[in-house]
Amino acid sequence: MNRTSLRRIAAPSAAALALGFALSACGAGNETDNASSGSSDLSGKLDGSGSSAQESAMDAWRAGFQKANSGVTINYDPAGSGAGVEKFNAGGVDFAGSDAALDPEKGEVDAAKKRCGADAIEVPNYVSPIAVVFNVEGVDKLNLAPKTIAGIFAGKIKTWDDAAIKADNPDAKLPSTKIDPVHRSDESGTTKNFTDYLEKAGDGAWTYPADKVWPIKSGEGANQTSGMISAVGGGKGTVGYADLSQVGDLKAASIKVGDAWTPPSAEGAAKAVEASPLDDSRPEGDMAVKIDRTTTAAGAYPLMLTSYLIACPTYDDKAKAALVKGFLTYVISEEGQQEAADNAGSAPIPASFAEKAKTIVDSISAK
Amino acid sequence: MSTIEAKAGSPKRRLGDLVFANLTRAAGLTILLALAGVAVFLTIEGIPAFTAGPEDLKGASSFVVYVWPLLFGTLLAAALALAIAVPLAIGVALTVSHYAPRRIATLIGYLIDLLAAVPSVVYGLWGGLFLGPKLVPLYEWLADHLSFIPFFAGPASTTGRTILTASIVLAIMVLPIVTAISREIFAQTPRLNEEAALALGATRWEMIRLSVFPYARSGIVSAAMLGLGRALGETMAVAMVLSASGVVTFNLISSTNPSTIAANIALTFADATGIQVNALIASGLVLFVITFVVNFAARWIVSRSEVSV
Repeated sequence: MNRTSLRRIAAPSAAALALGFALSACGAGNETDNASSGSSDLSGKLDGSGSSAQESAMDAWRAGFQKANSGVTINYDPAGSGAGVEKFNAGGVDFAGSDAALDPEKGEVDAAKKRCGADAIEVPNYVSPIAVVFNVEGVDKLNLAPKTIAGIFAGKIKTWDDAAIKADNPDAKLPSTKIDPVHRSDESGTTKNFTDYLEKAGDGAWTYPADKVWPIKSGEGANQTSGMISAVGGGKGTVGYADLSQVGDLKAASIKVGDAWTPPSAEGAAKAVEASPLDDSRPEGDMAVKIDRTTTAAGAYPLMLTSYLIACPTYDDKAKAALVKGFLTYVISEEGQQEAADNAGSAPIPASFAEKAKTIVDSISAK
Repeated sequence: MSTIEAKAGSPKRRLGDLVFANLTRAAGLTILLALAGVAVFLTIEGIPAFTAGPEDLKGASSFVVYVWPLLFGTLLAAALALAIAVPLAIGVALTVSHYAPRRIATLIGYLIDLLAAVPSVVYGLWGGLFLGPKLVPLYEWLADHLSFIPFFAGPASTTGRTILTASIVLAIMVLPIVTAISREIFAQTPRLNEEAALALGATRWEMIRLSVFPYARSGIVSAAMLGLGRALGETMAVAMVLSASGVVTFNLISSTNPSTIAANIALTFADATGIQVNALIASGLVLFVITFVVNFAARWIVSRSEVSV
């Protein structure tokens, strides 16, 4: 993860020095020349771009797919979700990876339709629980109701021995330390999903709309997930939010779902997705999920994000269509999902979703 | 026969001279072209941002509102860094040039130059993970005892990732360049002036005040301006140390700090699309202009004080 974020910082900081050069240089992928004999009939090169959070999962998929199809090269430029979608819509890459579904309000759905000549397809490729991490002296276990989390991050609950936190944790010994909530200072899909959760489940304690940018102009800001983790770990009385696979030694709070306290887990996130409906305003082939943040399903952990792969239903080139279809099929297959779970710590998409995604991916064809 | 005549007739056209003259000319021109290229790029790409709306500017109503807190943070961090670095650098330079025995002076000189070789990412890591947490007790003390001064109004950050920490890291980063130039200038003070001052009964400090400082004033100013240029544009260290929220505040020790232009570009460029990219480039243009103004101001100050000497 450190490597990832450094690279992500390094590209734009080079841009600050020589923006013009960086713009054209960013796209350089990790192209490897595969000249050995193919074990399948797939061959060629596929370019993708998008979410940097997906990079480690994507590395696993690229390696797995290229191993099975030695004539194939998959490139993935972790330029960020927004940049990836923009590149895809401009026709620069064959597929995009995004931490948020295409946004119809920003015209992304229409732009993708224009690029493909038909409604773009969008399939979930993994789900990831977001943990509320904390660093409070003497506290190992913490329960937080959504409303309490919203109050903490809105700055209304100021100390760890506040009555609201005490009510959630009747048995815990809470210090009177000041709470220092940490947020992401960069644009982030994690922030968008976290604020979406606070807005929908926070019971009125959170008054800002879901956004990739943290809406409050005060408090501790940290850059990237790695910055978040080091800020929470290095402070006193700090609390933050981060992808569960990245939290390391930090302790994660259990959140209230229905009447039960649920710790973050990959299975819980998968259950929450399963309990959520698809966004029915979307065209066929677009599997954008309307995550039900207030689900009461047993064991579900609705504070999570879903990542998507975005591609076209048809490609001009027959080989390219076969390649996209092959790669996406591999990603959503049980084997591909397991590969990502083993190597990137992400949670597999639920079986019912994988099934629907499979029928969508199967329909990819050449023009 | 004719070739010999030609050589003798016009020595200017000797091949080596011609090639070398053109090479140097091309080198000089390249700098101009690169600078012009950057300026043109920043201007053309930045223009759409000046008329952009709130949805592309993180909610700011206009580009000025968007860039002002960033500019404020940039100038504040750089000014603080200079306030810390320049006195320190002058002290180090004097030690090296006038006080320390030669062997120790050379060693200190090497060590200071070594500071310049450390990459800014490393300074960022050090500042954010090590220095910041170590400064927390100091910040808490400042917030408890000196909170009547707006700079230390608090509440103190619990992670130490404040603009004061960032400025201290910046100060360490600009220290080598300011020290190196000051050292050279101090060493060039005419020996006669120094000896004359000492002969008139001046102590060593009086000698430095009377002969070294007046002679070196313009050099110190240009050294400080070069340092300021580096502090204004420093990206990674600030991005990694600072907890930024896009506010305008003189409170130096809280967790709510203004960001800087360069750090903001580095942090938001990866996820920026459309007009947001133009806004970032336009903020780069603002930084470009500010750096130019600073450099011209430095030249002007230097040229003015040279006349008076």
